[in-house]
Amino acid sequence: MDFFVQILVGGLSIGFLYGLSAMGFVMIFKSSSVLNFAHGELLAIGAYFFLAFVTWAKLPILLSFLLALAACFLLGIIIERILLRPLIGEPLIFVIMLTVGLAAMFKGLILLLWGGNLFTYPDFLPKALGVQWGIVRIPPVYGATLIIGTVFLVLFGLFFKFSSQGIYMRSVADNQRAALSLGVHVKRVFALSWAIAALVAGMSGIVLGIINGVNVHDLSAIGLKVFPVVILGGLDSIGGAIIGGIIIGLLENFTSGYLSPSLRDVVPYVVLVLILLLKPYGLFGLKEIERV
Amino acid sequence: MHPCGNFRERYEQEIKVFSTDFGRLWAGVGFVLLLAVVPLLATPYTLYIVNTIGIAAIAVIGLNILIGFTGQISLGHGAFFGVGAYAAAILSTALGLPLIVSVPAAGLITALIGMIFGIPSGRLKGLYLTIATLAGQFIIEYVLIHWESLTQGTMGITLPPARLLGLPIRGDLGFYYLIFASLAGMGWIAVNLVRTRYGRAFIAIRDNDRAAEGMGIPIFRYKLLSFGISSFYAGFAGALWAYYMGSITAEPFNLGLSVEYIAMVIIGGLGSISGSIFGAVFITLLNEGLRFMTGILMNWGFISQSGLNIAPLREFVFGLAIVLFILLEPRGLAELWRIVRSNFRLWPFSY
Repeated sequence: MDFFVQILVGGLSIGFLYGLSAMGFVMIFKSSSVLNFAHGELLAIGAYFFLAFVTWAKLPILLSFLLALAACFLLGIIIERILLRPLIGEPLIFVIMLTVGLAAMFKGLILLLWGGNLFTYPDFLPKALGVQWGIVRIPPVYGATLIIGTVFLVLFGLFFKFSSQGIYMRSVADNQRAALSLGVHVKRVFALSWAIAALVAGMSGIVLGIINGVNVHDLSAIGLKVFPVVILGGLDSIGGAIIGGIIIGLLENFTSGYLSPSLRDVVPYVVLVLILLLKPYGLFGLKEIERV
Repeated sequence: MHPCGNFRERYEQEIKVFSTDFGRLWAGVGFVLLLAVVPLLATPYTLYIVNTIGIAAIAVIGLNILIGFTGQISLGHGAFFGVGAYAAAILSTALGLPLIVSVPAAGLITALIGMIFGIPSGRLKGLYLTIATLAGQFIIEYVLIHWESLTQGTMGITLPPARLLGLPIRGDLGFYYLIFASLAGMGWIAVNLVRTRYGRAFIAIRDNDRAAEGMGIPIFRYKLLSFGISSFYAGFAGALWAYYMGSITAEPFNLGLSVEYIAMVIIGGLGSISGSIFGAVFITLLNEGLRFMTGILMNWGFISQSGLNIAPLREFVFGLAIVLFILLEPRGLAELWRIVRSNFRLWPFSY
């Protein structure tokens, strides 16, 4: 029973992280239908920005957090403006390969500047965030993750529901042509959604860095884990991303606990193929996939 | 000579491979030069590079049939290449089959596997299919490493020395002839395949799948066929690679290899058989050139003293090449080649 509970809690917390990492991916897909293979590298860039502000510039934690997020926001705008806008209307393979090329560039750049070593942030979280229930011990980092994640979810929920820009973004996601004819500045919405998605990715990267340490190979591997998560949850559903993440996290942990640790990395992809064959729009996605 | 206008009257004239005898002559001369002169001039290292290019070109021609002609994206071709390599290794060690049987058989086995992973294309298109093949890549990689009774896991398999029809194939030069004879054969098949009803059906599916269905093309069957053919090419190339290397492990057949092949297709030119070869040449030379450059830069005083590791520069430049080609010349080297050629042809009157 102890073992079961440990696995359950471990799976939930990993799954929550997957969900958090997948949020930015879903946001980009929802507004501009781009499948972003550079997502893991965007996570890594956020984590390394934070690292640079904290350890090199020695700025206070909160200030460096905000600066790192601002830098990611800018990077998102730059990527959309320079690289993706010329590709609007081009075939899918070009858009996919552009993000693949971008991923290689970012990864090379990070390795060039920091190398492939594991970095850790200075310990700054208050101990009070940790929780101990009987045998289940939740370390402070997971408490902090839960709080940061929930805050961001609520903030973005409010943003999409009430702010005018958020409503524009939803309208573009819903029907691009109709939004265009009603006077929504679709290009600005694309730029904004890349900026926000890069910001969310940067935030997730920082959280992952706090928990596992910062390493570009690990973080870009999580960028590929995002695919089963978002397909399970539905490619265009942010809530689905969180739930998909939790399911995949639980699945991974139970497989490695009860079956075989080596199966852990392949099970999400087996699930991915099954979902694609049986229910390709996922649990919460829009059922508008064209069948041929 | 080219006439200054379109005077074709029949379909046969329209689908000719060589529009003039001059072009056909030069293609023949070039091929003879390739087989006769290159081995005389080449050192073992350059022969190794040329052989790697030849093997990659076979796999990329296959991938181009899938991506460039049928419009289906596969992120699993690195793994399919690995399946071919393992199939050849297992057939030649466990069953003792000779090279002339085991290489095509490896291609057929890979075609079967490729068709299995192409089944999702019956229900999915576009990016959903891409994700399905991505999953295929990871699943095949896992099986290659963990099915130890068959693939010997991380130990790898050592192949017997290659013999073709009783003659031993020795060294880089022997493989040079084998690889380029295969490349010529496979290229010839591919060029002619796209002119047949099958190739034209592939192109119809790429351009508009609903219209293709409406014209009576059973698109699921043709998509599967395209997956099969392109995996056959990948498996054939993988089998040659396994014989060439002499021993194989599952390590090289990762997502990076799949990405590299797609990069070759795009940089070479989507939907162009000669472009596939240009792409394989470009990316392989880029890799080798960057390895050479970083080797020199590492030994420069101030860089080695600063402790900067510049090996990742290769990854950066690889990504940059993909991005620049997509943004500046999305039709790839084949298009650049066509522009250069037509400039020469029309010079000095570029009308």
